[in-house]
Amino acid sequence: MNEYCVSEIQLYGAKKSTILKSKEGLRYSMSVVVDSLTKIYGTQKALDQVSFEAPKGAITGFLGPNGAGKSTTMKIATGYVSASSGTILVNGIDVSSEALKVKRITGYLPEHNPLYLDMYVKQYLGFVASAYQVGGVKNRIGEMIERCGLEREQSKKIRALSKGYRQRVGLAQALIHDPDVLILDEPTSGLDPNQLVEIRDVIKSASQEKTVILSTHIMQEVEALCDKVVIIDKGRIVADDKVQNLKKDQKKAESYVVEFEQEIDVRLFSESGLQIEASGSNRYTVGGEGDPRKTIMKIAGENDLPLVNISKNEQSLENVFQDLTKEK
Amino acid sequence: MISILKKEIHEFLDSLIAYVVIGIFLVGIGLLMWVFPETNVLDYGYSSMETVFSLAPYVFMFLVPAITMKSFAEEKRNGTIELLYTLPFKEMDIIKGKFFAGFLLVLFSILPTLVYYFSLFYLGNPVGNIDTAGIVGSYIGLILLGGIFTAIGIMSSALTGNQIVSFILAAFLCFFFYAGFESLASINIWSETSAIIKEVGILVHYEVLSKGLIDFSDVVYLLSVTGLFLYLTKLILNLQKG
Repeated sequence: MNEYCVSEIQLYGAKKSTILKSKEGLRYSMSVVVDSLTKIYGTQKALDQVSFEAPKGAITGFLGPNGAGKSTTMKIATGYVSASSGTILVNGIDVSSEALKVKRITGYLPEHNPLYLDMYVKQYLGFVASAYQVGGVKNRIGEMIERCGLEREQSKKIRALSKGYRQRVGLAQALIHDPDVLILDEPTSGLDPNQLVEIRDVIKSASQEKTVILSTHIMQEVEALCDKVVIIDKGRIVADDKVQNLKKDQKKAESYVVEFEQEIDVRLFSESGLQIEASGSNRYTVGGEGDPRKTIMKIAGENDLPLVNISKNEQSLENVFQDLTKEK
Repeated sequence: MISILKKEIHEFLDSLIAYVVIGIFLVGIGLLMWVFPETNVLDYGYSSMETVFSLAPYVFMFLVPAITMKSFAEEKRNGTIELLYTLPFKEMDIIKGKFFAGFLLVLFSILPTLVYYFSLFYLGNPVGNIDTAGIVGSYIGLILLGGIFTAIGIMSSALTGNQIVSFILAAFLCFFFYAGFESLASINIWSETSAIIKEVGILVHYEVLSKGLIDFSDVVYLLSVTGLFLYLTKLILNLQKG
């Protein structure tokens, strides 16, 4: 079942990319295209023929368990690490041959958000701005401080900031030169729920007209933020599709938990084409083509069955993720 | 390069390193030059800055590695090296920025000793009885030596993520390149080659400059050793990148 799902998704992805290449050449050049990327550390294959693309104007979620190769891919895309083979094109520029050009148009928030703790917030942003040769530095820094909600902390040393604010400084740093491409490595890890929402808002508002790739291992984040999701496991791409499509594919397996006051005869349901399975204490898991709820109600009504509750077996991306990345 | 240089200098000034280094250098050299009985110039009776130029290299052997030990080691430990590498800097710009920041600090600690020259100039009998050419040559030698030591320090810092290892390694390499070759050459097995081994070390060239003989080849030697260590730094960093 799972394998069937995956192959169909990949097929879909392939079709889409050929359309993109032929009809929308321009859009293709304004994105990040990863092509059969392989990275070998010593004897260990960290990435194995990874290919995907992140279109412009959308947030691409890069999802995978810890150690799957997310950070490695991002480090290669930003020119920090070199690939063993394969290419990454950022706006049509090859990272391996023209790293400097790519770095100029890319904003990057590394994992664990390294910062110069002894610098003041403004001083740090000034340093980054000078590296990108941003014009009108003062205005730009002020703008970033406002956008990332750092007004109250702007004259403090970074060491004195809480984790959430440090993360904002990291984001401000990545956005200061108004980059075409934004690469964020686990931008929300370790934040409290309020900070999480705020940082997500900043990312969302910054993402218009940009190519954003965001890595995470939190499913809700992908559902809340991303338009597209690429799932990677043990250095291989296991899924690459729009978020809705991934959920839709899983819907075929959608089922409902039906609870009665007393035990019932399951044959009543199986006769009308529903798959029913007892799952203990007068609960039954019912599945079938389309929405089986109407049929369940109808049968219950006709046979005077004491129906107590029907609830959907929630299929979230979480399930998709677990199905795709579990040990086989 | 300029933005890295500025950042490094800010770090020196914010962290007191600059004040401590310049302060200790001047106090140490000042004591040796004017106070300590064995070395002070007043008892010696000749208007010479010999003391400064023969002892300063040994003081720098400890101070310069202390300046440079954090340059790459700390960036690596804090992970900020990833930031530096993903900002649009050329690799050599990062190295040069860090080198010149350290070198400027060395220059600023040497600069106040010019006061000694003028003091001696007026203490001389008759006034102005001082070997100006020798002192100019010595200053050039000392400044270039500071450059080499800084480059050695930067390279040692690039080799490791640990500041203490970086410090010890740099101090040892500075000593070895300064006086080590001289001592090696004095071992009784080399016969004719001993002269060549001597020439590899810094001391021979530094001494020639101290005599006021500003030979082009010595200046080129000192500059190219600095360049060599900075280039080695680049190779080391490239290797570590993987």
